[in-house]
Amino acid sequence: MSWIRFKWLYFLISALIIVPGIYSLIRWGLRPSIDFTGGTLLEYKISQQVEKEKLEEIVKKIPEIELYSLQQTSQNTHLFRLTPLDKTKAEEIKNKIEKEFNINVEEARFETIGPVLGKELLRKTVVGIFLAAGFILLYVAWRFKDKKFGVCAILAMFHDSLVLLGTFSLLGHFFGVEVDTLFVTAVLTILSFSVHDTVVVYDRIRESQKHFPSASLESLANKAITETMVRSLNNSLTIIFMLSALVLLGGETIRWFAVALLVGTISGTYSSPFTAVPLLVVWDKIEKRK
Amino acid sequence: MKPRRLFWLIIVLTLLAIFVDLPNSFRLKISLPGSKIGLKDIKIDQEISRPKLDLKISKFRFYRDLEIKKGIDLAGGTHLLFVADMSKIKEEDRSSALEAVKNNIERRINLFGVSEPLIQTSKFKDEYRLIVELPGITNINQAIELIGQTAQLDFRELSQEATAAASFADFKSTGLTGKDLTRSRVEFDSNTGRPVVGLEFSDEGGKKFAEITKRNVEKPVAIFLDELPLTMPVVKEEITAGRAVISGDFNLDEAKKLSIQLNAGALPVPIKIVEQRNVGASLGEESVHKSVRAGMIGLLMVAFFMIAYYGYLGFLAVCGLVIYGLLTLALYKLIPVTLTLPGIAGFLLSIGMAVDSNILIFERMKEEIWAGKPKLLAMELGFGRAWDSIRDANVCTLITCFVLFNPFNWSFLNTSGMVRGFALTLGLGVGLSLFTGIVVTRTILRVLSIKEKK
Repeated sequence: MSWIRFKWLYFLISALIIVPGIYSLIRWGLRPSIDFTGGTLLEYKISQQVEKEKLEEIVKKIPEIELYSLQQTSQNTHLFRLTPLDKTKAEEIKNKIEKEFNINVEEARFETIGPVLGKELLRKTVVGIFLAAGFILLYVAWRFKDKKFGVCAILAMFHDSLVLLGTFSLLGHFFGVEVDTLFVTAVLTILSFSVHDTVVVYDRIRESQKHFPSASLESLANKAITETMVRSLNNSLTIIFMLSALVLLGGETIRWFAVALLVGTISGTYSSPFTAVPLLVVWDKIEKRK
Repeated sequence: MKPRRLFWLIIVLTLLAIFVDLPNSFRLKISLPGSKIGLKDIKIDQEISRPKLDLKISKFRFYRDLEIKKGIDLAGGTHLLFVADMSKIKEEDRSSALEAVKNNIERRINLFGVSEPLIQTSKFKDEYRLIVELPGITNINQAIELIGQTAQLDFRELSQEATAAASFADFKSTGLTGKDLTRSRVEFDSNTGRPVVGLEFSDEGGKKFAEITKRNVEKPVAIFLDELPLTMPVVKEEITAGRAVISGDFNLDEAKKLSIQLNAGALPVPIKIVEQRNVGASLGEESVHKSVRAGMIGLLMVAFFMIAYYGYLGFLAVCGLVIYGLLTLALYKLIPVTLTLPGIAGFLLSIGMAVDSNILIFERMKEEIWAGKPKLLAMELGFGRAWDSIRDANVCTLITCFVLFNPFNWSFLNTSGMVRGFALTLGLGVGLSLFTGIVVTRTILRVLSIKEKK
């Protein structure tokens, strides 16, 4: 089958997904959780139904506290996002609510985070990713005896992270989905998965090169994509089964994490035959023309 | 090694893993109604508990209680982050001061009876940090206050009225405190070669100490840290040099410990809380419960898919994966690995990669069979061909794990527990999946096809 003939179509599909994502990233960015901005998260289990507006009013009346948002997370739990508070201030809120409505309030979560740490985590993770990308590039280039393989594998990897970041920027803007430290983990997972998947396809090209040294890279690439298609689909299906179960049935705390992994897995599977390999062929052609 | 012997080895390994994986104690209930067929009823109702792992090889001790350690995002608990104010501590003393603070916090937390607290120190640029994690505990306002306090060290002597049966309550303050102590370090007695704890006082402290020792010759002087007695050496003679040694019957570790504790008072470091997270146990538990169930359903679907698509081979692969799961869990208990949500993500991804190894191999085998090779040869060839891609793909993942885990603690890279937890479980998983994918599945296949041939 001639997969590579439609390479511009594949690039177009990638562009159709990535460009809106990049636009959204530049225009709106990601919606950072308090992991990155610093602040306090308070989640209360309240014994009776209370209207959200009334809760908001009470909290706003307390001096020195700024309420960013209030979200009802389940029938009787409410999540407050506030400026950084200490424990005594938090107790004050709890007492106020208990008195006002004469109900029982149970603290399910209390988190206060300084803003410096999140940024530090982010910066260090980015450094880590680039370092890992560098090492992977070197390893792949060495194993495949060609720097093109290394570079294209890394490009496909950045393709997948752009898809993921763009998607979450859009989700953040339209649905208020926040990016937290777990999201950082998801990005890392997808980076590993993406390279893993790409190397498997490249391996087929390498193997065919030994058998047919005179064949063009394009025909070898076509052969490799055909040969790995079933495996790629099967492999991704198993991961997608797993993640779908987590998205649909898993706990609240990891739902968006699972969504991020799902988006990344689909993109990672797509990018191996339809980004990494066509890029390789295009580069090869440009090089040969010179 | 011969496949058959390897096969038995795998079975032994799996049984060992199951032994480790079992909960520490559980009830075994079996009742067989034998009376219907004219036999005695068999009823077994017994509490079975597994011994804890406790190996001692000369000085090296290996002890594991074989429980899964859960991070606070799973078990609920409190995460605290303190920053130490080192402005008053000399550059060269800062590391030992931080060590002393850590040690002191540990001591205070132990007073609360918190099981398995995690206390880490880390340095970032010029900032000295202390991370304290208290699993299972969320309401600890007092504890936080107490942890945050600067250590108080003081020297006390027996009051004049005290009798021979004096208790620690009879000691009264001498006015000599941690401020007068410059530092403490472990030294070695030049005569006996035994470890002793050296004390170095400031000029003023040395004078105070001289007076105290003068009036307490042959009497004990107790050193208290945070109102609790640390040690109670007996003064042998008046000490005027501003230096003293506490000699006792301690080994090197004990001497080190005492010296660190004394330093907590000598190098007082105020610490400030900058981050606090409480995760309610109920929230964590509910979420974990649901997620575990979802994970199980997901795994079953994967198993079902593999069997449906690859038939007999798929079934063998699922057996391989079950062994993989058992081995991984056993490894988590043995190392031990603290499981967090990102850690579980790493584990799931490694399962995905383990399945992938199998799929790669089976697809290759199919190709060889289509090419007309006999089944046994196709199997061997399939494994051989798939190996290159499995190796390169997994090495790439291991590289990522290595950088993220940051084993050398490079300060420009991550040291956060979250990312590390992810890298550790993924790395372990990939390593093990290479073993199960290549060795276990292959051996099972070989042994079974040898039988088939007969």
